[in-house]
Amino acid sequence: MGRIVLEKVRKAFAEVVVISGIDLVIEEGSFVVFVGPSGCGKSTLLRLIAGLEDNSGGKILIDGMDVTQAAPAKRGLSMVFQSYALYPHMNVAKNIGFGLKMAGMPREEIDRKVANAAAMLNLTDYLNRRPGQLSGGQRQRVAIGRAIVREPKAFLFDEPLSNLDAALRVQMRLEITRLHQSLKTTMIYVTHDQVEALTMADQIVVLNRGNIEQAGAPLELYERPKNLFVAKFIGSPTMNIISGATAARYGAPTIGIRPEHLKLSTTSGDWKAQVSIAEHLGSDTFLYVDADGIGPLTVRADGDFAVKPGDSLYLSPDPTRLHRFDDKGDAIR
Amino acid sequence: MATQETRLAARLLAAPSIGLLFVWMVVPLAITIYFSLLNYNLQTSVTTPFVGLSNYYYFLTDPAFLTSIMNTLLLVGAVLVITILGGLGMALLLDQPIWGQGFARIMVISPFFVMATVSALIWKNLMMHPVFGIFAWIASLFGAKPIDWFGDYPLTAIIIIVAWQWLPFAALILLTALQSFDQEQKDAAQMDGAPPIPFFFHILLPHLARPITVVILIETIFLLSIFAEIYVTTGGGPGLASTNLTFLIYQTALLQFDAGGAAAGGLIAVVLANIVAIFLTRLVGKNLEG
Repeated sequence: MGRIVLEKVRKAFAEVVVISGIDLVIEEGSFVVFVGPSGCGKSTLLRLIAGLEDNSGGKILIDGMDVTQAAPAKRGLSMVFQSYALYPHMNVAKNIGFGLKMAGMPREEIDRKVANAAAMLNLTDYLNRRPGQLSGGQRQRVAIGRAIVREPKAFLFDEPLSNLDAALRVQMRLEITRLHQSLKTTMIYVTHDQVEALTMADQIVVLNRGNIEQAGAPLELYERPKNLFVAKFIGSPTMNIISGATAARYGAPTIGIRPEHLKLSTTSGDWKAQVSIAEHLGSDTFLYVDADGIGPLTVRADGDFAVKPGDSLYLSPDPTRLHRFDDKGDAIR
Repeated sequence: MATQETRLAARLLAAPSIGLLFVWMVVPLAITIYFSLLNYNLQTSVTTPFVGLSNYYYFLTDPAFLTSIMNTLLLVGAVLVITILGGLGMALLLDQPIWGQGFARIMVISPFFVMATVSALIWKNLMMHPVFGIFAWIASLFGAKPIDWFGDYPLTAIIIIVAWQWLPFAALILLTALQSFDQEQKDAAQMDGAPPIPFFFHILLPHLARPITVVILIETIFLLSIFAEIYVTTGGGPGLASTNLTFLIYQTALLQFDAGGAAAGGLIAVVLANIVAIFLTRLVGKNLEG
């Protein structure tokens, strides 16, 4: 249950094309993350799958059934929204059970399912509270509970963690991953945060201007980006992009090297550089350097790498980790 | 407002306006109470002897008093029901994306800007007049006998006029409330599979509970003292059929020249308005918290 196929899905608002013909297969039980900069169409794509927007073209199939024209509730999906979208006048139990009530399920069965979901999410003590009396993390769990009780073919998450503070975000990230492992239901997750994408996904779909730039496993995207956009989007700090004479020496119009793949030395190396800023994070040190004839680069060093702004050092790119791109920005393999 | 000095300064600065407000309220109230205890007739009294509570006794036992209370409640209640149901319907329609939405909204709101006397005159002479009125003309198209609104259904006619004036207010408040409704909640309800009617009752109406309370509160304040519409159209008649409490007090004071009786009536109206206010603030308090 829960294999979703998109065939040439298109969406245009009047003249503006938001999604321009996307083909994608989301395998049953997988955790797929749509990631991309804001305005790339990732949320729109999710809403198209949910049925909250009408397709301008193409087909959406869930478990082989064409649901392109089906109403949202008939698709057997459930969604967790960015603002949680809880009903403020209903208590937690009613919020979770509302969909079942609308489906005409008998009361006792609703109560049983709500109790199960609440137990799973540690919400049992809060069933009689209203959303206004809950913390952000609890509201988030209620929203997930509302999605779980419907026993959907797939869960859709629309940037669900962006309203939480950093610590809670890490915790909820783990909880969602754990939930996926125990339910084994297909999950589609939209985020602009590549850390969330890399940590949670089986498959990442990088979107840009309504197109899929690349789809694949997190490490595949990290190690073999198909083009400059993916290379720059995945990975933190961003990949260093170098063009011109230096790049030509490595046999490509543009080359890319990640900050963690530059070897540092105080005595010898390929490129000479001056440190302009050093950020000491404890576990790592990020160096912002000015390389002679190349320009500004970012380098990741060990936490105990002691340098001061103004110091000179040498950098050597790891040749096996060097990415080459042609004039159009596509990777050369 | 933490320190002693700031609290003192705040009190000192607020004192003049509070004092002025107090005097403005207390002086007329004291004079009214004083008048209500006198036999004070504007036409005949050379002297105004003290008569105790007999003004109150006569006002309360006057059969016109009960009739006017009933009329007041009917007027307020009927207008509230019409404006809230109608306003809700209009707000739902105006919330739909339609061509010329801005213009339609202005047209809907415009009756609110028409003065009470003007709108009453227009309704009286152009709409409801049994000979020249549009309603009479419509009735004649169907061969029906025109209705003499102010003769046969005076209170209904006034309710229609007042409801027409207040419908835009309710529609406006409810429309803004609808526009503030969270799109993601609408989406969530769609995912939950709520059809339009359950959606309205389970999700939208609870969202509107607060603005509806506000509409009830504000309209009641104004509707309890409706006067111009009655004065311009029916003059409270025929008989007492369209006399409300405000109009009865006016009649006592300026048609019967009984200043003492009118003062007593005014104080009774104040007490009744306070009873209504207590009920309303309870209702509002319950709906506005949390």
